[in-house]
Amino acid sequence: MFARLVYESFRRQKRRKLLAGAAITLGVTVATAMIAVATDIGDKINRELRTIGANLVVTPQEDTLDVEIGGINLKPPSDGAFLNETDLPKIKGTFWHNNITGFAPMLPVNVTLEREGREDNITLLGTYFAKQISFGKEKFTTGVRSTYPWWKVSGMWPEDASRDILLGERLATALSAKAGDELTLSGRPLRVSGILSTGGAEDDQVVAPIALAQQILGKPGAVRRVYVSALTKPEDALARRDPKGMSGAIYDRWYCSPYPQSIAFQLQEAIPNSHAEQIRQVAQNEGAVLTRIEGLVFLVTLAALVASALAVSAAMATSIFERRAEVGLMKVLGAGKLGVASVFFAEAALLALIGGFVGFVAGGLLAHQIGRSIFNLQITIAPVLLPVILAVAVMVTFAGSAVAIRKAVSLDPVHALRGEV
Amino acid sequence: MRAAMLRRGRAASALLAMAVAAAVATAMLNLYVDVQAKLRREFRNYGANIVLVGKDGASLPADALSRVEFVLRGRGVAAAFALVVARTSDGRPVVVAGTDFERVRQLDRYWSVNNWPSATRQALVGVRALPVVSPNNQPFSLTFQGKNIQLTSAGTVQTGAAEDSRVYLSLPDFVSWTAVQPSTIEVAAIGSTEEITAIMRAIEQAIPAAAVRPVRQILEGEARVLGKTRATLLAATALIILTAALCVVATLMGWVFDRRRDFAIMKALGASNRLLHGFFAAEAAALGAAGAVIGFVLGISIAAWIGRVNFHAAVVPRFSVLPLVLAGSMLVTLLSAILPISLLRKVQPAVILRGE
Repeated sequence: MFARLVYESFRRQKRRKLLAGAAITLGVTVATAMIAVATDIGDKINRELRTIGANLVVTPQEDTLDVEIGGINLKPPSDGAFLNETDLPKIKGTFWHNNITGFAPMLPVNVTLEREGREDNITLLGTYFAKQISFGKEKFTTGVRSTYPWWKVSGMWPEDASRDILLGERLATALSAKAGDELTLSGRPLRVSGILSTGGAEDDQVVAPIALAQQILGKPGAVRRVYVSALTKPEDALARRDPKGMSGAIYDRWYCSPYPQSIAFQLQEAIPNSHAEQIRQVAQNEGAVLTRIEGLVFLVTLAALVASALAVSAAMATSIFERRAEVGLMKVLGAGKLGVASVFFAEAALLALIGGFVGFVAGGLLAHQIGRSIFNLQITIAPVLLPVILAVAVMVTFAGSAVAIRKAVSLDPVHALRGEV
Repeated sequence: MRAAMLRRGRAASALLAMAVAAAVATAMLNLYVDVQAKLRREFRNYGANIVLVGKDGASLPADALSRVEFVLRGRGVAAAFALVVARTSDGRPVVVAGTDFERVRQLDRYWSVNNWPSATRQALVGVRALPVVSPNNQPFSLTFQGKNIQLTSAGTVQTGAAEDSRVYLSLPDFVSWTAVQPSTIEVAAIGSTEEITAIMRAIEQAIPAAAVRPVRQILEGEARVLGKTRATLLAATALIILTAALCVVATLMGWVFDRRRDFAIMKALGASNRLLHGFFAAEAAALGAAGAVIGFVLGISIAAWIGRVNFHAAVVPRFSVLPLVLAGSMLVTLLSAILPISLLRKVQPAVILRGE
C-alpha cells in the first residue's frame, strides 16, 4: 500500500514532481560544481602563480659573494664554486618531485663581442631552453620556456644542442642586429636565432645553451645556480621551524608537507654541496595570495550551498503545500499523522536521491567546463563525494519539507478538503 | 481568520526568499567588483612593478624621486637605490647600496629583516655578505675609490636573491661617502594595467633622462591570476544568482497558486484580465522591491564581513549594484507572478472556486 501510494504519486503528479526534482537537481548541480571548484582552486591558482617565476634557488654551498649590479656580473668568471650539471636530474628524484613544475640552470660568463673592429664586454647567460632530461625511466622537458613564461622571443627559440643564441632586446638595438645574423663572441661564430624580450637584465645580455657557456668558461658541466619552480603550500608556524630541532613525528610531517622550506631542504639533499633557498619575493607572496583566493572561494562556496539549500527547501515546501487536499483525504480515510508524513518523506527521499544523482553528474560536468574555460586545466570531482552529496541532498530536502509536512498533517481534514486554507 | 494568518505567513516566506536571494546576489556582485582592488593590494607585496634607471648607466636627476612621487600622487610607493662595488678591509668586492629604509620597508615587504637600521653609519647587511664583511658581527670598514667608511651592522636582510650579497646604507651616509647619486628608482604602483601604463608614460615625460621599464613578470603574473580569479568568481556569481532566482520563483509561484481563489472571485465579480494582471504584477513588484532593499542591506553586510574575514579590509559598499539588484529582483518576481496567472487565466473561475 505504502509503496503503491508513493509510486502512484510519482506517476500521476508528473508536473509537480518534475518541478521539485528540477529544483533539487539544480541545487545539487550548483553545490557540486562549487565544491569541486573550491577544492581544486588552490592547485589551479598555484599553477598560475608559477608564471611569476621560480620560487626556489639552488646555489653552491661554498659560493663567494655575487657582485652584480643591474644584471652586469662583476665577479671574476671562474671565481667561486659551481654545481655539477649531471646532478640536476636528481631534482626529479626528490620526495615532492611531482610538485616541481620545472627548473632552469644558469651559468653567466663574460664574453667579448667583436664587431666592426670594436670589442665589447657583455654577459652571456647559459641555460636550458626546453631540454629533454631523463631521470630513471621518467622523461621530462624543462628550461626557461616553462619556468619563465614572460620571456618573449621574436624569431626562433634556439635548440639546446645547437650553437644558436638569443640576443637581448636592448643589446640587439644597440648592435642593430636581427634574427638570423651571425655574431662572433670570444672568437666563436654564432647564429642569432631570435631577439629576446624579458623586461629584466637579460635584455642587455646574450642567452645561449648552457653547453656553449661551459665551453667558453672552459668548465664542462659547470652550473652557477639553478632556479626551481615548485608548487608549494602557504607557510605556517610549522614551516618556519628549524628541521634540526624537530622530533621524529613532527620532522616527518614537516618533510612531507610541500612548504617552500621543506622542498628547499630536499633539493639540498638531492644535489651534493648545494644550498637551496626560497626566493622570498616569489615564495612569500605566493602563500599570501593563495590563502586569500582560497578563502574567498571557500566563503563563496558556502554562499552557494546556502542558496541551493534554500532553493530546494522552497521548492519542496511549495510542492507539499499544494497537496493539502490529498492529506485531508488520506486522513479522512483513516491514515495517522505518522503514516501521512512517512509517505511524504519517502517521496522527498526518492526525489532527493534521483535529483542528487543527476545533479552530481551535471555538477561534475559543469566543474569540468569551468576548469577548461577558465584555467585550461581539468577540474574533476572525486566520486567519493557522491554519497556525501546524496546524503546532504536528502537532508536538505527533508529539512525543507519538514515544516510544510508538519503543517499539512496537522490541518483539520474538513478544512483542507473544503479548500479553505 | 486562520486563513489570513496562513496567508500572511506565505507572503512573509515569499518576502524572505526574495530578501535572501537579493542579499546573496548583492554580496556576490559587490565582491566581484571589489575583489580586484583587494587582490591588487596583495600583489603589491611582490614589490616594484616599474623600474626607472638612468639612461646609459648615468645617475638620475636629484629630484627624480620627488617627480615620481608627484606622478604617483599616493597611488603607490617608490624608493631610490644607488649602487657601487666597494672593497672590504681584506680587499674582497661587495656591492653596497644606498637607499631610504623607511621606503624600502613599504616597498619590499617580503624582505626578512631582523632589525632595521635607525642611526647613521648603521648598515643592513645581506645574510651572505655578513660572513664576508663582518664575520664576528664587529664594526667593519669599506673602501670605495680610496675613501673609507666605518660601519656597524644593525641587522641582516634575507630575500633569497641578489639582496643577500649586498650591504645597505642610508642614502645620506652613502652619498657623503661615495658621492654617487641614485641610479635606480623602484616603483610599486597600484592600479589596473591601463593605469600602470599611464603612470609609466607620465614618469617618462616627467624624467626624460630615465629609462622606464615595467617589471613584466610581476605585471603579467598579476594580470593572469586576477583574471582567472575574477572569472571563477563570475561563474560562481552566475550560478548562485541562478539558484537564488529559482528559490524565489518556486516560492512565489506557490504563493500565487495559493491565491487562485482570490483570483477566481475577482474574475467572477467581473474584473478584466488586464486588471487582474496589473493587480498581481503590482503586488509582485512591491514584494520584489521590498525584498531587494532588505536583501541589499543584508548583502552589503555579508560582503563587508567576507572582506574583513578574508582580506582584513572592509569591502566598500557599491551602490551602483543597487539598481541592478532592484531591477533583477523585480524582473524575477514579475516573471514568477505572471507565469501562474497566465496559466490560471484559461481556467473558468467556477472550476477554481469548486476547488478543482
